[in-house]
Amino acid sequence: MLDSVHNALFAGENFRRLMEGLGLTLWISFLSVVLSIALGIPAGLLMSSKNKFLRGFFRLYLEFIRVMPILVLLFFFYYTLSRYSAINLSPFFVSVMVFTMWGVAEMADLVRAAVTSIPAHQRESGRALGLSELQINFLIILPQAIRRLLPGVINLTTRMIKTTPFVFFINMVDLFKVGQQIVEVSGMRDRMASVWVYGFIFILFFVICYPISLFSRYLENKYQSA
Amino acid sequence: MDTSFISQSLPLFAKATWLTLVLSFFGVVFSIVVGTFCAIINFYKIPVLRRIVYAYIEVARNTPLIVQLFFLYYALPRLGMVLDGKTCAVVGLTFLGGAYMAEAIRSGLQSVGRTQIETGMSLGFGKIKLMRYIIIPQALAVALPVISATTIFLMKETSVVSIVALHDLLYVAKDLLKEGHALQSNLMLVVCYLILILPVSLGFSYLERRSRFAGFGA
Amino acid sequence: MPESQMVLEIRNLVKSYGERLILNGISLDIHEAEVLVVIGPSGCGKSTLLRCLNGLEPINSGDIYLDGGLITGPDTDWCEIRQKIGMVFQSYELFPHLTVIDNILLGPTKVQKRKRADVIPEANNWLERVGLLDRADAYPRQLSGGQKQRVAIVRALTMQPKVMLFDEVTASLDPEMVREVLDVMLELATQGLTMVIVTHEMGFARAVADKVIFMDKGVIVESAGPEEFFDHPQSERAKRFLNIFEFTGIHRVAAG
Repeated sequence: MLDSVHNALFAGENFRRLMEGLGLTLWISFLSVVLSIALGIPAGLLMSSKNKFLRGFFRLYLEFIRVMPILVLLFFFYYTLSRYSAINLSPFFVSVMVFTMWGVAEMADLVRAAVTSIPAHQRESGRALGLSELQINFLIILPQAIRRLLPGVINLTTRMIKTTPFVFFINMVDLFKVGQQIVEVSGMRDRMASVWVYGFIFILFFVICYPISLFSRYLENKYQSA
Repeated sequence: MDTSFISQSLPLFAKATWLTLVLSFFGVVFSIVVGTFCAIINFYKIPVLRRIVYAYIEVARNTPLIVQLFFLYYALPRLGMVLDGKTCAVVGLTFLGGAYMAEAIRSGLQSVGRTQIETGMSLGFGKIKLMRYIIIPQALAVALPVISATTIFLMKETSVVSIVALHDLLYVAKDLLKEGHALQSNLMLVVCYLILILPVSLGFSYLERRSRFAGFGA
Repeated sequence: MPESQMVLEIRNLVKSYGERLILNGISLDIHEAEVLVVIGPSGCGKSTLLRCLNGLEPINSGDIYLDGGLITGPDTDWCEIRQKIGMVFQSYELFPHLTVIDNILLGPTKVQKRKRADVIPEANNWLERVGLLDRADAYPRQLSGGQKQRVAIVRALTMQPKVMLFDEVTASLDPEMVREVLDVMLELATQGLTMVIVTHEMGFARAVADKVIFMDKGVIVESAGPEEFFDHPQSERAKRFLNIFEFTGIHRVAAG
C-alpha cells in the first residue's frame, strides 16, 4: 500500500506538480481577496450612503451575484468574452476577475453591515467631543468597523480557496486538474491511485482551510465578548 | 439572435433545469435532516457523538464540494463502493449542506434563552414536547436567514455536478458551446439559473419578513 | 390555621453549588389557601428555594412533600408535579412565537391534553379578570411589561395548579406597572389561592401575607405574621434589613 501511495503522490514530477497546482490555487485566492478588499470597502461605503440610485444599483448587483453560481459566471465571461471580444482573455485573468466580482459584492455588504451596526450615538459623542467628521470616521467609526469586519473577511478567504477548483472548468491547471491528470496516467497501472490522489487533495484543502476557520471563529468570539 | 437555436436547445435546457431542481431539492431536504440531527446532538451535548459531529462539520465545511464529489465518484469505487452520478451528487450535497445546516440550527437552538426552557419545564413540558412546541419554533425563526442562505448556496453548488457525468445545465451549455453558440447558450445558462434560484431567494426573503413580523425581535 | 390541609411541606432542605451553601436546612409548611411571603437580602437563597420547589434545581438533601406525597424521591415525574406547582418568573418569559391566548393554551392542551374548546372559556375568564381580554390575539412584543407579567400569571393559573410560586415578578417592571401586577396577586390571595411569593415590595408583602419568612445566608431567620414581623422584628438581621427601606429626611442648613 505504501508503494501505491508513493507512486501516486511522489513518483516522477507528481509531487512538484501538485504543489504547483496548489500554488496557483492559493495565488488566485490571494489576488482575488486583496482586490475584493480594495474595491469592496469603497463600494460598501457607497452602499451605506444616502444616494438612492447608487444603493439601488448595488442591491441589484448584490442580488445577482447572490443567486448566480460562480461557475456560471466563470463560464459566461470566459467563453463569451474570449470569443466576442478582440482581446483574448486568459483563464487566469477571468478567474481573478470573476472571483473579485463575487468578493466585492460580499465585501461591500460586510462593510455596509459593519458601518451601520455602529450606533449613531458613537458619531454623536464624537461630535460632542468636538472632533471633525474626518476624525470621527478615522478615529471612531473605522476602528470599530474593522473589528466587526475581520471575521467575515477571513471567512470569505476560505470560501474563495474552496471555490478555486472551479477554474478547472475553464481549462486551468490548478491543484485539482493536476490531480486528475496524475490519476489518468497512474490510474492505468494502479487502481488505487485515485484514492490517494483525491484523498490527498481533500486533506490538503482541509489542512489549509481549517486553521483559517478556527482563526475566524476565535476573532468572532473575541469580538463578541469584548 | 438566432431563434431556431433557442427552440432547438430549449428542451435540453428544460431537462437540465429539472435535473438541477431535483438534485437541489433532495440535497437541501436531506441536509436539513442531517443538520437537525447534528444540531440536537450538539444542543444536548451527547458525549462521543458530539465529537464525531464536530469532526464531520469541520471536515465538510473546510473542503470544496467538487473535491468531495470527485472522491465519492472516482475514489470510492476503488474501495468497493460504487455510487451512480445522481446518488453521488445528492450524497455530496448532503454531506456539505448538512454541516452548514447543523451550524444554522445550532445557533437557532442556542438563541432560545435558558429561562424560556425553564418556563416550559415549569408548565410541565417534557423534553420532547419542549423541543417541539417551544424550542424549535423559536429556533427556526432565528435560523431562517442562515437556512435560506445555505439553501441558495447549495443550489449554486449543484452547478459542479457535470464532473460526475450528469447532464446538468453546465453540461448542456458546454455541449452547445462546441457547436459555436457561445453567447446564446451562455445567456440561456444564466437565465435558467435565474429562473431556478431567484424565486427561492425571494420566497425566503418573504418568509423572513413574515417571521420577524410574527412577534419576534422585541 | 392548624386545621387546614398542608399543601407543601419542606423538611431540612439543603442545596449547594459546589462549595457554596445556598440553602442550609430549610423547613417550612405551606397550608392550603395560605399566602407565604419570603423576603431577605439578595443572595439569601430565596429564589433558589422557589426553584427547588419546582424541580428546576437538583437538591443535595432534605425532603419536599406535595399534598403529603414525597416529590424529591429518585423516581419523581417532575412533568407531572410541575403541573400542580405553577411558577411565574421575573422576566415574564412569554413564548414570543405565540399570541397571548396561544401562550395560555399551550400547556393545558399539549401537556394536560385538555380540549382547546374546554380551556378557552377558562382562559378568557382569567384574562378578563386581569383586564386583558381585549389583548388575547396580541403577540408578546406588542404588550407592556406589566401586561406580559399578567399574561404569564394567567398562563400558570390556567394549568389549575395547587400552589403558585412567584419569583420577584415585579422586579423588572417600571414603577407604574408594578401596581397592576400586585393588584392581580392581591385578588388571587383573597380568592384563597395558595401562594409562595418572593418579593422586595415591603408594603405589598405586608398587605398580602398570611405569614412572612425572613431568610439570610441560606437559613430562615424569622417566621411571623406580617404585622408582627414588620412592626416588631425580633432579630438584628431583620431589623437591619427592614431599615434599608426607611428614609430619614435630611435637613439642609439654609445658606446665610
